[in-house]
Formats: sequence, structure tokens, C-alpha cells
Amino acid sequence: MSTLQLKHIDKRFGDTVVLRDIDLEAAEGEFVALVGPSGCGKSTLLRIISGLEPTTAGEIILDGKRVNDVSAAERGLAMVFQSYALYPHMTVYQNMAFGLENTGTPKAEIERKIGDAARMLQLDVLLQRRPTQLSGGQRQRVAIGRAIVRNPKLFLFDEPLSNLDAELRVQMRAEIIALHQRLKTGMIYVTHDQVEAMTMADKIVVLRAGQVEQTGTPLELYNSPQNRFVAGFIGSPRMNFIEAVVTARDGRGLTLALAGFEPQATINVAVDPAAAAHGTAVMLGVRPEHLEVAEGAGAPDTVTVQIAQVEQLGGHGFIHCTLPTSKRSLVVQFQGQIASRAGATVTLRIPPAACHVFSTAAGEPALPPLHGAG
Amino acid sequence: MPDALRFLTRTSGRARLDWTDWLSYAYLFVGLFLMFGPVLWIVMSSFKTQSGLTDFPPSFLPYGQKSVQVAGNEARLPLYRVKMPDGSTRELAELRRIGLTATMIDPAKPGEEIPVNIKDREKTSELRVATENYTELFGKLSFGRYLWNSVFITVVATLITLLFNSMAAFALSKYRFRGQKTVFLLIIATLMIPPTIILVPNFLVISNLGLLNSLWGVIWPAVATPTGVFLLRQYMLTIPDELLDAARMDHASEWQIYWRIVLPLTAPALAVLAIFSVMWRWNDFLWPLIVLSRSELFTLQLALNAFQGELQTEWNYLLAMTVITIIPVTLVFAFLQKHITTGIASSGVK
Repeated sequence: MSTLQLKHIDKRFGDTVVLRDIDLEAAEGEFVALVGPSGCGKSTLLRIISGLEPTTAGEIILDGKRVNDVSAAERGLAMVFQSYALYPHMTVYQNMAFGLENTGTPKAEIERKIGDAARMLQLDVLLQRRPTQLSGGQRQRVAIGRAIVRNPKLFLFDEPLSNLDAELRVQMRAEIIALHQRLKTGMIYVTHDQVEAMTMADKIVVLRAGQVEQTGTPLELYNSPQNRFVAGFIGSPRMNFIEAVVTARDGRGLTLALAGFEPQATINVAVDPAAAAHGTAVMLGVRPEHLEVAEGAGAPDTVTVQIAQVEQLGGHGFIHCTLPTSKRSLVVQFQGQIASRAGATVTLRIPPAACHVFSTAAGEPALPPLHGAG
Repeated sequence: MPDALRFLTRTSGRARLDWTDWLSYAYLFVGLFLMFGPVLWIVMSSFKTQSGLTDFPPSFLPYGQKSVQVAGNEARLPLYRVKMPDGSTRELAELRRIGLTATMIDPAKPGEEIPVNIKDREKTSELRVATENYTELFGKLSFGRYLWNSVFITVVATLITLLFNSMAAFALSKYRFRGQKTVFLLIIATLMIPPTIILVPNFLVISNLGLLNSLWGVIWPAVATPTGVFLLRQYMLTIPDELLDAARMDHASEWQIYWRIVLPLTAPALAVLAIFSVMWRWNDFLWPLIVLSRSELFTLQLALNAFQGELQTEWNYLLAMTVITIIPVTLVFAFLQKHITTGIASSGVK
């Protein structure tokens, strides 16, 4: 049961800036996911928290105490590595006992702790095996078991599921969630897979190029992304982006002319009219699951596009569309099954309430919604 | 076993032997003869008696001259097959020989002395394995002492070599520090200096440290080998750093990481280095010759040399000693070689 606070963390390797002014807070027992594309510095940040990597500047505060100069072992954290990092020459039991032996834990207690962890993770029958004799999922469980027996203040996970196949990944995801609910210990979880972050975390920190783009609960990030990067990163399939120009402003918001459609399409969005001047180029974002297939053309907020490909999954499916006069494409998610085929044209309704509008200025921040419009 | 046999007798031709089969088998047998022939000859010769060794033409199997106990003589007398003037052949024992005439005696009739021209007789030989070459060796020349010296130097030097080289390799492969590359290059660069060049400086160092005529004077200069450091470093580079990080999270000190994680995982490379080190130290001649001048400190190699240097060389003992000297290296190689292959095969982690 511990709290973690990072204040203005900077990290440089020589002249390369890896992390810039990172602030982060993890409350007691919170599951925090650090998510971002590869190379964004999320693993480095985790190693800084663990104590394996020193910071260039900034403070790491664990339980109210500054731990910058405390060694990795003394911080009382446990880490699960991407490659599991099991000691190949030791049995599962020895792997789990290694850390406890180093702290001088009595033999009987080591045995009891490993017994408990092994039962919890269904490793009982594997204790005398070596890591090479285990499957990927079992190795993963041993790595988690090795972390559990230490009774850490925080668990650190470094992309723990990335070496597993899809089915096992879903299963292990559920196991880690269950583990978190049972142990109620805080977890910092690094992943590049936003689905993992969305399904597991209490709080998600989105990183890009060494900087925090947005912090919030999964649904906050989904519902109100603060910039185009977060909007595109969170959600699967990705949010659709359409170039647009502000053509009118009034009390109800902005009127946008969307580029690339034939006939010309316009849409009214509930965005604070003070945020963008007339004629400003903006980016309209709308998620595939919010686009609707409309009955007839010509209705307000609709566009006409050509179907490039239809993916039928039975329960739901996706339509990939090409815009008539732009190389951008749209993905639409539909419920159930549809009869449309590739090559046909389809009319889509863009619900204004589900639209996000992003500035094209540096950082591409989201334009604030009209007050009271949500 | 049938698999091994099938592998060994595999041919390129299906039904009959192809000409390539003839060629490759001929090549292999020539190689076998060239490599193994001399070794086999030494082993066979080490079982020959002193006189059997000087026989001409030489024989492959250990033949010895028959001898017989004749009444009235203390020593056993050598037997000869003698062609008598009347054309018959008799087996006689030689009593004494002066010039071209030998005085022979019939073992059955000890009273009668027969003069025989040595051209008319030839030795009566029998197959005789002279195991006394080996059994008497242990009493002679304090052979046990030399064996102990050699074993002590080899074992201790190998252990220290493994320890020191692996520690250097660990630091050079797993830590980032200023001058790391320079240190590594300096170590590797010493490979280019022939040992004879540093013989005198080494001698001066050992002499000033008071290690002359001490087994440690042989051991210390030999334990830091650039080859060993290089070999182990390259192997340790393949151990993932995440393992070390995991150990650090597991409260392991840097020494424990080295001792309990890195060293066990380097076992295959350590086995290779152990083989090298044992062979180097066991076969080492020049350096021990310089450091050790008191005969009770001699290694087997030095004793072999000293043995030969006396006025008269007792070849039968020398050969027996040579065989004993070859055996440990052969055994070490035979056993550890198997360990290397299994070690490398099982180290396929991940």
C-alpha cells in the first residue's frame, strides 16, 4: 500500500532527451498504465521508478519520501520484465526464492510464501521445473510469482504480455486484473497496446516522445482526448480524421466544410466559437463506432462515400470507405450484418455530438467544447 | 549404437563403394596413421624392456629376449638360437662375450662351455610386457613428487585463471565505465606480444617478489590470460541485461549477481577455458624451467627433460613417464569436450 509521485522527471542519454518534465501520481492501490508508441520513453520511465536507471533531474517520491538515491533493491518494488528474466539455471522454486534468500528470510517463511504464491498462480506442480521447460504463459506466471513473494510496495510491469499469443494475452490480462483486485497493491504497467491499458488500468498516462500527452481514466481519454495524438492512440480501430475549414460561427458552435467529399459536406459542431476564427483549417475527428449508415442522401450531417472493403464479423463489422476527392479513408463500425458490397456508395451520418475538433497548430490540441454542450 | 555405426560406415555409393568413398577413406586412414601412429608407438614402446628398445629392426609389439636361470650363475642368462657347425640348431644361454666370440652354455648341461661366433646366433624373443617400467618409476627419481607439482600447478592455476578472467570479463561485458573500451583493447593487445619477449621482465618481477623456486612463481604470471578474458567476455555479452536487472531488484549484491547468476550461466565458456588452461599449464615447459631450478620442485615436463640429460638415458622409463604425462590432458579433453557440446546445446535460453 503505497503512493508514488514523480516530479519534473528529466532523462537524457548524452545529448538525446528521452524524458522531459514528467509529472505522475499514483494513489494507493491504483493501477496506472503508461502507454505510448515504441520509443516514447515509457520503459525508461519505469526503469527510473524501479531505481535501475538514475534520473537526470526531478524527484521520485515514494510514500512521501524522496527515493532518488535509494537503490533498486531498497525501494521495495518488484518488477516483471518483458522477457520475464527468469534465471535459466534455477528451478521455478529457486527463482522465486532468490530474492527472499538475499534479504535473509528464514527458510520456513520462504517456503510458506512460495507455497502461497504458487497456489494463487497454479504453479504448484511446476516448482521443480526449469524455465526452459515451461510454456510462455507459465513463465509469465513464474515472473509474477517472483514479484508477489517479495510483498512489494508497488508492482512494475514492463510490457509483460507482449511475448504471448493473442489468446493467452487475453487470459493473462484477466489474471493480472484479478490479482490486482486480490492484492490491492499498486501497479505501474507499461504497454504499447492501448486495449490492454483501457481494459486494465484505473488511470492511463499517454506518453509521446518523452512527454506526457494526457493523464486520465480510460473513459476520460476516450471521451475527451486533449489532442489529436491521444484521440488517435486511444480506441480501436483508430479515430477517423477529416480535414475541414471553419465556414461560420454562431452561438451553437462552428460550421465546418469537410474536405474531400462530393457533393460538398458541411457539419455543425458544438465547439466554443471563440476557439477558431473564420477560415481556420481544423481537423475533425470521429470514431468509427459513432458513424452511422444513413438511409438516404441529402439529410443534414451526412456524407456520401464509396465502399472500398467490407469486413463482416457476424456480430458487428467494419466498412472501409474512400473519400471521393481525397486520399483519406474512413472506417465505419456497424452492428449486426449489412448487405452492402465493395464498390457501392453509402451515405454516412456524422453525429455532431460525437465529433472532436482539433486545431492544426503545434501539438494539435482539441478545441474546447461549447459550454454546457458536453 | 547402430546409428553411430551406420553414420561411421556411411558411403556415397549406394551398392558399391564410389571412388569418392575410396578417396575419403584413404585420406582418413592416412590422417589417423599420421596423428595416432606416433602416440601408439610411444605407448607400445613404453612397455618394452631396455634391450627391446634398442633392437634392430624395431618391432611394434613389445618383445623381450628370453632368459633362463642356469645352475652356477646368479643372474639370469639371455637365450640365443645358435646354428651349430654341424648344421643343427640349439638354444643356448650366453655366459659371457669377448670380441666376436661368445661363450655359450646349454641350460640342460651347465658343465659344458661352447664357443660360438656371434654371427651364428640370434636372440630368442618372446612377447613380454615390461610393466616394471611403470611400477619402478614411482620409486625412481621421486616421480610422485613431480606428479604432485604438476597437478598442483595445473589445478590451482586453472582455478585462479577461471576466477580472475571471469571477473574481468564480467566487468568488461556488463558495466559501462569510462575507459572500458581502452582497457579491453589493452588486454586484447597483449595477445600480440610473444611470450618470449616478456620472459626477462617476468623473470625480474618474479625474482624480486621472491617467488623463484616456488610453485606460485609458476602459477601467478600465468593466471591472467587475454584469450580467457576475451572468450568469457564474448560469451557474457549474450547473457541478457534484464537478468541482471531482475537480480538487482531481487536484492542481490553485485558480487552475488556475478557469483550466482553470471558465473553459472557462463559454464560452457568456463569449460572451454578450463580445458585450455589445463593443457597450457600441464604442457608448459619454458617458464617452469626458468623459475624452478631445485629438482624437488620440478614438474613432470622438467623431470622428463632432466631425465634425458643424464649421461645415460633410460629410454624405457622416459617413455613410460611420457605416457603418464599425456594421459591427464587426454582425459580432460575427452570428458570436458562432451561437457562443452551439451553445455552449448542446453544454453539455448529463450
